[in-house]
This record gives sequence, structure tokens and C-alpha cells, in this order.
Amino acid sequence: MTEKKELLVVEDLHAAVEGEEILRGVNLTICESELHALMGPNGSGKSTLAKVVAGHPAYAVTQGSIRYRGEDLLEMEVDERARKGLFMAFQYPSEIPGVTIAQFLRHAKSAQTGEDISVLDFYDDLKDAMNELDVDEKFAERFVNDGFSGGEKKRNEILQMAMLKPDFALLDETDSGLDIDALKIVADGVNTLHRERGHFGVLIITHYQRILNYIQPDFVHVMVDGRIVRSGDRELALELEAEGYESTRGQLTAAGS
Amino acid sequence: MPKDQNVAALKLDDYKYGFKDPDSYVFKSEKGLSKRIVEQISEMKEEPNWMLKFRLKGLEIYESKPVPQWGADLSQLDMDEIYFYVKPSEGEGRTWDEVPDDIKRTFDRLGIPEAEQKSLSGVGAQYESEMVYHRIKDDLAEQGVIFDSIETGLKNHPDLFKRYFATVIPSHDNKYAALNSAVWSGGSFIYVPPGVEVDIPLQAYFRVNSENMGQFERTLIIADEGAKLHYIEGCTAPTYSTNSFHSGVIEIIVNRGASVRYTTIQNWSNNMYNLVTQRARVEEDARMAWLDGNLGSKITMKYPSCFLMGRGASGEIMSIAYAGPGQHQDAGGKMIHAAPHTTSEIISKSISKGGGRSSYRGLVQVQKGAHNASSNVECDALLLDEEARTDTYPYIEIDENDASIGHEATVTKIGDEQLFYLMQRGLAEDEARTMVVRGFIEPISKHLPLEYAVELNRLVELEMEGSVG
Repeated sequence: MTEKKELLVVEDLHAAVEGEEILRGVNLTICESELHALMGPNGSGKSTLAKVVAGHPAYAVTQGSIRYRGEDLLEMEVDERARKGLFMAFQYPSEIPGVTIAQFLRHAKSAQTGEDISVLDFYDDLKDAMNELDVDEKFAERFVNDGFSGGEKKRNEILQMAMLKPDFALLDETDSGLDIDALKIVADGVNTLHRERGHFGVLIITHYQRILNYIQPDFVHVMVDGRIVRSGDRELALELEAEGYESTRGQLTAAGS
Repeated sequence: MPKDQNVAALKLDDYKYGFKDPDSYVFKSEKGLSKRIVEQISEMKEEPNWMLKFRLKGLEIYESKPVPQWGADLSQLDMDEIYFYVKPSEGEGRTWDEVPDDIKRTFDRLGIPEAEQKSLSGVGAQYESEMVYHRIKDDLAEQGVIFDSIETGLKNHPDLFKRYFATVIPSHDNKYAALNSAVWSGGSFIYVPPGVEVDIPLQAYFRVNSENMGQFERTLIIADEGAKLHYIEGCTAPTYSTNSFHSGVIEIIVNRGASVRYTTIQNWSNNMYNLVTQRARVEEDARMAWLDGNLGSKITMKYPSCFLMGRGASGEIMSIAYAGPGQHQDAGGKMIHAAPHTTSEIISKSISKGGGRSSYRGLVQVQKGAHNASSNVECDALLLDEEARTDTYPYIEIDENDASIGHEATVTKIGDEQLFYLMQRGLAEDEARTMVVRGFIEPISKHLPLEYAVELNRLVELEMEGSVG
């Protein structure tokens, strides 16, 4: 068996926002075609990790490194990371009034490929992706996230992921606030991409193990106070669901003392 | 190179209409304004005596009125440095072959003859002080549509002309309307007979070529009962280090049940003072729509207006302004409700960048007796950086209790989260900003004919390039 290639390698990552340290030494390795789940209580730094990996300008990396497919990710601008196949599904996606989803995606797609794609090919792909995600065709003509419900915004994120076909995706609490049907659609989107693109890796950031009934993770990690304190397989998620994060927090304190 | 110079250099290079031709003219007045020049203009145009009197009266009013202090800064505009009348050639062509070669080349470069073939019902082209070309499609001419230079209108249709000329904008309306009344030259005369619909737009194109030039076109449009018209004007000029001056007067009569749409894409070079008076008189059940795009010029003061004189008349003003470094766009509109059941809407969008300043200045007035009037005003400003500036001066005067009036104003900046979101999808920062701006102006650009929407988007793109320091 050949060894799997590393997609994302986070080492001793410390990051701060407005002077306050949020990440305090994160270590995480995700290889091609692996599905990872990152769980943890509110304020533990899960979303911060996603934003730092995507390159949000408000977060300063104070220590450590992130390598993406062997390259120094921290040296790259936000858009460069995106064009190298890194995608983040936002917890709170921005509204862009006056710009339709179709226009936006076409721009993003040609930015990514570096060439203008034919309108017809683009719309064929878009139609397929929308069918797959069970969204109405009119959806593409709506302005990006403008007046969308929470569920519509999440669906829009997954539609974009399906169209942009990234190599690695960060899903930042994409499951929160979704009903079970919407949740299945989101999971389908991830699973389809995983099936079609063998090397596609994912980091799902979530509060609840519910989505993990539909997306089978290879690894589950628990983050507390800016560090990953436990890693395991799917069983860990079930355990957390049953016992809550307090037990984990206790273990951390015990390990640290 | 410091960032500011960099932006300025880019802008200068990017203004693709900044080229100039060698000066050639058959007559050029001396610099500055005098009674003698007003008389010369009238004489060269072989005008009836009433028009000469009208001009001289205009001059008198102009000289008696002070320079307005309430709007943009006009203190650098020196009238003694301006040429008030430049006649580029003898006569006006009905085919492009009749237009002098160098002037024809200019309009070729601006794409006018091509647009005429592809998407217009007729074209008028003004170079310096005179229209050098006017032509309307034969089928419209056969239906009685008149599309001439204003001078030809005065000569060939004296009764119609005299009946409406200066009835919508009298000389004493404001200082620059008075100035235009004194030295007007060029512009269009349009008459659309009852029930005739001109669905494909007519366009006039205004070009200033020589330095220190003043252009004072005068346009008179009459849409008779139930008629329909879309008229477009575009304007460009070479970039000079000295000031140029443009002060047009546009009067529109929209008779009962008629509908007129007037679109301006003003892209003057950044040394132009652009002080224009545009107004429509809108009769019963008639409809007037102004689409006012102010992208160029150094200073613009321009407030298209609708006087809603007949029951059920409606007016719409869509205004879009871009103010880059060194530019002040003082724009907006006026809606005067003088009859019952009149409705109006003003949508104003401005974008300011790099020290550029945009102002919305608007008046909604509901006069006594104008029952059940309704008006809605929305003005949105987008600031692209910390140096940009925007102001809003809304005036509302209501003399009836049953009026329904809405006013909404917003100021937004492109947010870091928006940029992060777009860039996370692979767009470079320039592209991301451009996309937000395009979205911002979409409510207006969607009303433009396709070629103009494309052109507007291209201009926005151009302005956004190099905006990231």
C-alpha cells in the first residue's frame, strides 16, 4: 500500500485576534481523501482555525506553521489559497446585493481556472449541480445571500463547493440551524465530491455529531481552549454526544497538571 | 512612485477618450464672453431678431446673477479663459461622407457610426459648438418624427420651436441657464407626433476637442400625445491641464399620455466643469424617466427635474455618479408635484474613491392642490476608502396632507468580510471590489441598453484597477 499524501499539516499553530490568543498550539494532519471532524464547545477556537487556514486578515499567526500540499500556506494570499483548491464553507456568508449566484460563480470559476469558461458549459454544470442539491433553477438568478434564510445560505455554500470542486474543504458549522432534509443535502454534497474526487479531503467543524450520521468521518478531534485535546474515530463523537465536553475538559486539566 | 501619483497616472492613461485632434475650425471667437460674441453667434446662425434679443437678455441675466455658493466649488472656473464659440466646419452632414475627414475619424474612434448601424434609430453628433451630423432612419422620418440640430429646428419649424423654446427652463432659472440662453449652439430639436413610438433610441454624441473650450448645446424635445421616445446622450473630451466648460440646457415636453426616457452617460475628461440644466414638463398621464450617469468631469452640478403638471403624471430619476480623485459630483434631482395623483421616484447611487466627493442634492415638492401625490427617494452611497466623501442634501416641501412620501439614505463601505468571502472563492482583491461595486449599481445598470450597461461595467472595472494600494 502506498502512503497517503498529506493535504494539510498544521504544526504548533498559535493565532490571535485583536491581541487575544485564541489558538494555542494546534497540531493536525489531514491526508488526501480523509474526512476529519473537529468538535468542541463554543469559543474553543474551531472557527478560528478555519479562518486562519483560509487566511482571514483579522487573525495573526504568532507561532507555528501550516503546510498545504507541501507548500507554506501562510505565505499565500486568501485568493491564492482558494485558487490552489482550498475552499471554506462559511458559517455566516456575506451578502453581495446586485450580483447573482450565477455571475459570482462564473467569475470564481474563471478566476480559479485562469480562463474564461463558455457560458453554455458553465450553465450546464450549474444546472447539474443544482439538481444534485435539489435547489430550484431560479436560485442561480438570485443575488448572493441577499435576503436568504439560514438554510438557503448553507445550501448556497455547498452549491459553490460543488461547482468549484476544491481539493480540500473546510466546513465551518455548515450543519448548524439546518433541518434534517437540508442536512442530508449538505452531506450528499460532501459525499458526492468525495466519491468523484478521490483525493478530496474535508475538515468538518461542528457542534453536533448529528451530521456525522451522514458523513462518515475517518477521524474525530476535540478542541478545547485553542488546542486539540483528543483525537479518535467516530466512536469519539458518539461518546461526546453522550457525555458532553465537560469530561474532555476534565481530561485536559488532568493531563496538564 | 507614491501611491497617489500612481493612481493619477493610471487614470489619465486609462481614460481612453482622452485623445485629441489638431485644432481646425472655420471660426473661433476670441477668449472670454462679451456682447459682441453673442451678436456674432446670432449673426453667423442667421437667426430671427427675436432670438438675438433672447440671447442678449440671457447675457444680461447671466451677468446679474452671482456664482452659486451652495454647491460644488466653482472658484477655479475662469470665464475669461474660455472660448465660447468654435465653429468646426461649414454645414451639417446627412451622411458621414459629408462630415470633414478628421472629425469623422474622431467619431469613428468613438464608435458612433457603428452604433448607429447596429442599435440606434438616429444619431446626432456635435463637435465643439456645432452639430456636424444628424440623421434619422427613413421610416421614422416618414412617420413625421423630426430629429434635427436645434438650429435647423428653428429655421424649418419656427412655430413649433417658438411655442416650446425656453418654456420649461426660462433664462432666469439659474445663472448657467441664462448663460446658455446667451451663447447656446448645437444640440437637438426633436418632435415625435401623436401616437408615434420611437422604440429604438435616438442618440446624440457631444465631443469637445480644443483646449479651454466651452460647449453650450441646447436641446428641445417634444413628445406629442401618446408618443414614445428614448433619447441617449454621451459626452467625452480630451484631457487638458486647463479647464474646459460644458453647460447645456435640455428641455423636454411630455404631452398627455406620452412617455420619454432620457439617458445620459457623461464621461467628460477630468478637467471639465459640467453645469447642466435638464427639465421635463410632464402632462396628464404622461411619464418621464431620466437616467443620469455622471462618471467623468472635474465638477458636475446637475439635477434633472420633472415638473408633474398633469393629473396622473409620473416621473423617475435614476442617478449614478462616480467620483474619483479630484472629482466632485454634485448630482441628484427634483420632482415637483403640481397636480393630483402624480407619482415620482428618485434612485441615486454614488461611488466615491480616493478623495473623490459625491453629493446627493434633491428636492421633492408637493404643491397645494396636488392631492394623493406619492414620492419615493432612495439614495445610497458607497465609499471605497477612507479619503472618499459623500453628502446628502434632501429637501422635502409638502403642502398637502394626503401625500405619501418615502425617503431612505444609506452610506456603506466595502466590508472586510465581503472581500474575504469573495477572495476565498478565488477572486483577486481588485476583482472582488469591482464585483461589489457592480452589484451596487445593478439597480440602475439593468435599465441601460445592453451596450451601455457593458460600457458602464467596463468603466467601473477600469476605475477599480489600481485601487488597491
